[in-house]
Amino acid sequence: MRYRIVLRRRFKTGAFFEGILPVISIVAALLFSGGALLLFGVSPLAAYRAMFRGALGSGYGLSEVIVKAIPLVISGVAVALAFRMKVWNIGAEGQIYLGALASAAAVRFLPSDSQVVMLLTMTVAAIIAGGAWGYVAGFLKSRWNVNEVITTLMLNYVGIHLADYFIYGPWRDPSSLGFPMTPPFPPSARLPLFFGTRVHLGILAAVLLVLLFRLVIRWTRWGFEIRAIGDNPRAAEYAGINYGRNVVLLMFISGAIAGLAGMTEIAGLQGRLQPGFSPGYGYTAIIVAWLARLNPWGIMMVSFFMGVLLVGGDTIQVIMRLPLASVQVIQGCILFSVLGFEFFRNYRVLLLRRERG
Amino acid sequence: MVSVGPVPLVSMRGIEKTFVGVKANSDVDLDLERGEVHTLLGENGAGKSTLMNILSGLYTVDSGAIVINGEPRVFRSPRDAIRAGIGMVHQHFMLVPTLSVWENVALGLEDQPFLLDKGRVIERVGDIQKRYGIHVDPLAPVWQLSIGEQQRVAIIKTLYRSADILILDEPTSVLTPQETRALFRTIRQITAEGHGVIFISHKLDEVMDISDRITVLRKGKKVATVNVKDVTKESLAEMMVGRRVVFQIGKTLQNPGRVILEARELVVRGDRGRVRVDHFSLDVRQREILGLAGVSGNGQEELCDALAGIRKTEKGSVRVDGYELVGKSTREFQKRGISYIPADRIGTGLVTGMNLRENIALRKYWRKEFTRFRFFIHWENIAGRTGQLVERYSVVNPGLGFPAKMLSGGNLQKLMLARELSDDPRVVIAVQPTWGLDVSATLFVRETLLEQRDKGAGVLLVSDDLEEILSLSDRIAVIHNGRLMGIVEDPDSVTEEQMGLMMAGTRLEEFSNPVGEGSDGQGKEVSPSL
Amino acid sequence: MDLLIPIMAAAVRSGTPILYATLGEILTERSGVQNLGLEGLMLMGAFSGFSVTYTTGNPWLGVLTAFFVGVAISAVHAFLSVSVGANQVVSGLAVTMFGTGASSLLGRKMIGLTVKGFGKVPVPFLSDIPVAGPVLFDHDPLVYISYGLVLLLLWFIFRTRHGLNLRAVGESPVVVDAMGLSAVRLRYFYTMIGGGMAAVGGAYLSLAYTKMWGEGMSAGRGWIAVALVIFAVWHPARAVLGAYLFGGVGAMQLRIQAAGTSFPTPIMMMMPYLFTILVLLVISVKKGKGILIDAPGALGVPYSREDRT
Repeated sequence: MRYRIVLRRRFKTGAFFEGILPVISIVAALLFSGGALLLFGVSPLAAYRAMFRGALGSGYGLSEVIVKAIPLVISGVAVALAFRMKVWNIGAEGQIYLGALASAAAVRFLPSDSQVVMLLTMTVAAIIAGGAWGYVAGFLKSRWNVNEVITTLMLNYVGIHLADYFIYGPWRDPSSLGFPMTPPFPPSARLPLFFGTRVHLGILAAVLLVLLFRLVIRWTRWGFEIRAIGDNPRAAEYAGINYGRNVVLLMFISGAIAGLAGMTEIAGLQGRLQPGFSPGYGYTAIIVAWLARLNPWGIMMVSFFMGVLLVGGDTIQVIMRLPLASVQVIQGCILFSVLGFEFFRNYRVLLLRRERG
Repeated sequence: MVSVGPVPLVSMRGIEKTFVGVKANSDVDLDLERGEVHTLLGENGAGKSTLMNILSGLYTVDSGAIVINGEPRVFRSPRDAIRAGIGMVHQHFMLVPTLSVWENVALGLEDQPFLLDKGRVIERVGDIQKRYGIHVDPLAPVWQLSIGEQQRVAIIKTLYRSADILILDEPTSVLTPQETRALFRTIRQITAEGHGVIFISHKLDEVMDISDRITVLRKGKKVATVNVKDVTKESLAEMMVGRRVVFQIGKTLQNPGRVILEARELVVRGDRGRVRVDHFSLDVRQREILGLAGVSGNGQEELCDALAGIRKTEKGSVRVDGYELVGKSTREFQKRGISYIPADRIGTGLVTGMNLRENIALRKYWRKEFTRFRFFIHWENIAGRTGQLVERYSVVNPGLGFPAKMLSGGNLQKLMLARELSDDPRVVIAVQPTWGLDVSATLFVRETLLEQRDKGAGVLLVSDDLEEILSLSDRIAVIHNGRLMGIVEDPDSVTEEQMGLMMAGTRLEEFSNPVGEGSDGQGKEVSPSL
Repeated sequence: MDLLIPIMAAAVRSGTPILYATLGEILTERSGVQNLGLEGLMLMGAFSGFSVTYTTGNPWLGVLTAFFVGVAISAVHAFLSVSVGANQVVSGLAVTMFGTGASSLLGRKMIGLTVKGFGKVPVPFLSDIPVAGPVLFDHDPLVYISYGLVLLLLWFIFRTRHGLNLRAVGESPVVVDAMGLSAVRLRYFYTMIGGGMAAVGGAYLSLAYTKMWGEGMSAGRGWIAVALVIFAVWHPARAVLGAYLFGGVGAMQLRIQAAGTSFPTPIMMMMPYLFTILVLLVISVKKGKGILIDAPGALGVPYSREDRT
């Protein structure tokens, strides 16, 4: 062969490249998962067409995409923040549930007729509960180096079952006719909606958090410390940055933000606490964060895209009778694809002429 | 005994190898005869390691020929080289620390049965030990062995595989003078048995001692192949660098001032929990360079980490100008004027993924002039400072916003020096500051340290390069197993031999003084300064 | 004592799927790769084993299929982890997501169906020994195979030359390469085998433990296996202890629920997960005191031989 393939390490990538690579990997993923769908007996073309039309084809569809994107942005920020320090918070799902649980508790035990007061109470409760859930894993990691992937994941299951306990048990709405759920929230416990859509005030929280995330990471001392620890914990120690304290603080805040996502879901969208109210937002948030390369603007864009995927998923569920699981498959494929294409981020592939020797 | 037969053991001709636009080897020739110790000499980056990695099969040549014992060979993998009888002892030993000695020897053997035959391996290792005079416990786990012993395991590994050609890559950088002599004895025994040895080094004294022939490389090209009888240290150095080399640095005498850094009875634990610094006491004065000599791995790094405040001091005290620092934060250590240049440039001292500005910020961002509104970093000020420092220290870089990993070793070190030495520190702790640097960068670093000393700082210089310690220090302390072996007040009064003994564990007081000065004839303590 | 025997026997049965997954992951992690996709692999193993058994009537064919499905999916993870050098935590999560989704998608038509699967095969003579008999030797064949697997791995890892290579590549892949072996190939191999074993553990669930298929039927066992690898300190013998301990917790949970106590179901369901955290905590505290050995030195760190062109 006259040519040979050479791999050369890349040191820096431009903004254009950073932006286009995820897009390419998503397109590749859609192709790949289209193939998977074919294998599983589904026509990918029909599926994709139905998905995109359902999500983007109408004003209603668009608003639904935003509705789905809100918790993704918020929990995406939570996850990305932790990931920046290479602390793998896989527990966003459980933290979401805890946040929702605490908000529901606030409604039940500290009711108020004033919307401002009620929502504030719910927010504080959600933040503290979600934060506490994250704090546990953070504390265990900082003190005894307990693997946070497993602890946060286990706490997911615990959190979900905990919520189940209250929903099926003491907080159950007696008039709900066999469907387990809490009584509907009073109007004061609801987030205001926009223009007759289901888009709620949570969108403000989402945008604010993205801005805050960027601000903290780029401009604050703490943001710098997070980045330093994430890149090189030994050097960070040398710089005088306290690892243990930062892990605990980070996990608390990450959990708190995820808890907030839970609160906005039930206060904004659902109006009551039901089992399984989160269709895996905490896990999807991980994909969002990774796809967005832990970048605040990326999180917004990817969350929107995921919203499209989820609304589209609802659509094909109804139209084509496909279970939500197919969306999960697509998500898995997207993640594979993104990981695979990261290769091109690290290496340049060159075709060189083999020299005569 | 060098026997020049009709066919050399190894013959490399016209070797070319390019990496990422850099020509590591350019038309290089090398011969090795039976029974010969052939040294490959050159600065860092001259291409020695590359050439040997080609010979050992780790790299493939771009062009050129390799002939072993008259047979042309192509090495596509280390296995091909091993089969051809080539055994390489790398600078960083290729040993698995958690496995035992015999398991490391047995790893990857070609004719191993499916079931590990421990008895046979140990027996054969015993034969090798007897034949070549190398001693190591085959059952010991490697991580428990001293560096010298680990090196012996690496050598046994190659001999076990019937290596005819041994390549030793900078083997003496981790040994005391005594261990070096033991190694040289082993090498001579190996060549006496008819093997050939390629010795890679940049230490001219040793090269003159052990070599039969020397090939000098510079910037990827071969400069010359000479007989050791026909050259001097100076002529070799000139060949290595391309111009006349001045060996002595202009070191002016200084009057040391008061004690600026005082460490008393320090006890510090290492990463695995064992005590690495054992009741160590030290004084560093203003306007002096105190050299800390010792074989690496004897607690120097843990000691310096503790003195710089990044490792916990279990017992003892560390005072700067009388102010007690033990138990305080790293930042407090910095605020009191201690700057630290750690040995591990990219592992500890710098964050390679961050750009130059951010790396400068790493140890400065909490200072008032770089903070805005208490929680925010003042990036403009940092950028300005970085620009100043980069210019003053001539750090060659592609741009301040580019990641630090793009810098060469020498420039990374300069960046660290720029950061650490720019705030008029009172104490400078420098660990292995010239490791891996070429001659001009090394000179720059040494001059900078002297400059700091002249400006009034107290410098603690830690190095396993005895030459460096002897030439730069005003006083020398020796550490062994975390303990202070002694402080030599006048570096000119001590021999390398004595230094080596101290580095290996003999206390200064234990030296008998042949002239009788300082001892009262009744076996009482000899005065600690020789 | 009589009360304890059925519980212990149940502990063995309940712990067997986790044991398969844990043993597999021990191999994978000893080679230096972290595969967090065990949950997805178990589900895919459970489904594929079930569906093949349902269609062919042969549970052994089902187990074999499950194994190869696990190998195939782990190959993707191996590719991303070893060749691409991607983040292994995220890649493992992707395997879990994909496996969970794919198994639900494919298995949607098979929910509630049953197979004959593996029946109990008491070992002659051995099953009559008091206590040890009913606890250890009165189970289905896959349990016995798991015993054999533990012994096989013990022997393999510590007594054979390939086991030596395995131990070496997880600590210092660069040394392994320098000796002329291929660290890359070793890692691919053990990641794929480990994944296959996890899938077999999943097949056990659908073919022997319950003999039916249900969405998400592994209920987090894959994650528990990941924790158990740490608890077992990467040693097959200790993995047995951990797996059966878990099995015991699971068996107790079922019994307490069946006994109809007033203990609310969701609280009971939390137990295995809380227990996992506890186990991990105990091990980590002990490790902090320097009592036990460490993880394979190069675990989770991508290895690249950058110089080969």
